[in-house]
Amino acid sequence: MSARVEIGGASVPRLPQHVKLRYDETRKQWVILAPERVLVPDEIALEILRLCDGVASVSTIVDMLAAKFATPRAEIAGDVQEMLQDLADKGMVVA
Amino acid sequence: MSAPGAPLAVLAELTHRCPLQCPYCSNPLELERAAGELDTASWQAVLAEAAAMGVLQVHFSGGEPTARKDLEILVRHAAGLGLYTNLITSGVLLDPARIASLAAAGLDHVQLSFQDSRVDGGDRIGGYAGGHEKKVAVARQVRAAKLPLTMNAVVHRQNLDHLGELIEMALALDAARLEVAHVQYYGWALVNRAALIPTREQLERATAIVVEARERLKGRLVIDYVVPDYYAKRPKSCMGGWGRQFLNVTPAGKVLPCHAAESIAGMHFENVTERPLKEIWQHSSAFERFRGTAWMPNPCRTCERREIDWGGCRCQAFALTGNAGTVDPACGLSPDHDALLALAKVESAAPPPPLRYRRIGDAPKMPPKPLSRLGEPV
Repeated sequence: MSARVEIGGASVPRLPQHVKLRYDETRKQWVILAPERVLVPDEIALEILRLCDGVASVSTIVDMLAAKFATPRAEIAGDVQEMLQDLADKGMVVA
Repeated sequence: MSAPGAPLAVLAELTHRCPLQCPYCSNPLELERAAGELDTASWQAVLAEAAAMGVLQVHFSGGEPTARKDLEILVRHAAGLGLYTNLITSGVLLDPARIASLAAAGLDHVQLSFQDSRVDGGDRIGGYAGGHEKKVAVARQVRAAKLPLTMNAVVHRQNLDHLGELIEMALALDAARLEVAHVQYYGWALVNRAALIPTREQLERATAIVVEARERLKGRLVIDYVVPDYYAKRPKSCMGGWGRQFLNVTPAGKVLPCHAAESIAGMHFENVTERPLKEIWQHSSAFERFRGTAWMPNPCRTCERREIDWGGCRCQAFALTGNAGTVDPACGLSPDHDALLALAKVESAAPPPPLRYRRIGDAPKMPPKPLSRLGEPV
C-alpha cells in the first residue's frame, strides 16, 4: 500500500505506467489516457506534463518554464507545484 | 446533421463464456455461444478500423476475455495500433505465466472484479467455488508483474455493508484505483433486481463511506463511484450520450451503442462483418435513433441539462416503461418517477428472493413489466 505522493521542489515527477500522454491525430490535440478516462489537458498542464520525464525535478521544471515564457520564477513556482500536487492526487503523476 | 465525432473507446466483448455466474451480469439474457464468436483476424480488423476512426482506448471484456486463447495476439495488435489497452477480467483463469505474456504483449492496465470482500460472499455471488481466493492471488500476481491494477466491485444490498472492507482490500492489494459500481438494472440484473436493490438508507451510508475514503486516501487510491439512479433526482448521462463517445462490439460482431442495447426490443444492430465500423457508427439506424437531442420527448427536449444527461438511459426507459423513447424514469421530471421510487422502496425492504444465476441458455422468460403510474407498482 502506497503513501500519498507529496510534491516538493526536489520531487522528480513522471507519469505512472498506466497514464499516457499522446497526440490524437483524429482530433488534433494532446490527450491523457488513463483507465476509463480520456482527459484533454489545457495548455499550461500540457507544458508541465511534457516536462515530467522522470529526470527533471520540480525545481528544474520551474526553471525551464520560467525561461520559456520569460516569466520570473517566483511567479510560477507555486502554481506549478500546486498543479502537480493536484495531478498526483488524481493519480495522473507520481514522484 | 453533421457527421458525429469519433468514439473515444470501444468495449470489445470477445466472448460470453465465463466461469462466473454473477446474477447482475451486464451481458444480454440471450448469450452468444463459442461457435458464434468472431475469429482472430476479424477482431484484428475491428481494432484496426477502430484506431483509424479515432478510437483511443480498447477495453477487452466479455464474458471472460481470458477464455480466448488469442487474447495476447489481440492485445499486441491493439498496442501496435497505439490504442490504450485495458483488460476487464474476473481473473479466475489467469496465472503468472499468462499475466507475463499479456504484459509482454503491451497490456496497459488490468481491471479485476471482486464480488465481495469476504470468501463466502464472493464465492456465493459469483457462483464459483474458490473464486475469491483465486482473485486475491491474481491481484498480487498482476502487481508482481508491474501491471497497474483497478479493483472493480459491483455493489448491491447483499454486499454493500462490506464497502469499508472492500476499500481496505483495494489498498492491501495495491490497486491504484477502485471502481465501486452500484448494479444498474438491465438484463440479468433486472431479473434479480429485488435481490440486489439496496434501501435508500443503505445507499446513503455507502455514499458517505466513499466520500470519507476519497478524502482520506487522496493521492493513494482513486475511487470511482457509480450510483444507482433509482434514487437519483436526475438520470445518469448514460454512455455520455447514445452514439457520442462509445461503442460496443459483441462476441458475434454486432455493434451496439452500449452493452445493454440489445435489451431494447425492435432494434436492428449491424455487424462488423457486413459493413465498415465507421459507417455503422456514423449512419446505422441503431446509432442514429437516439443520438443527439432531436429524438427527445418533452420535458427532455427543452431541459437545460439535455446536453449533460443526454436524456439518461434508453435501455432503462425501455425496461421500465416498454418505450425506449420516453423520459428515463430515473429522472425526477418523468411521470414514472414516483412509481419507480415506490417500487425501489418495496423491493429493497422485502426479504431478498433467491439469486437467479447467469448461465448460457438459461435466459428467464421475462418480458418487461411496465411501471404502473396510477396504483401500486406491478
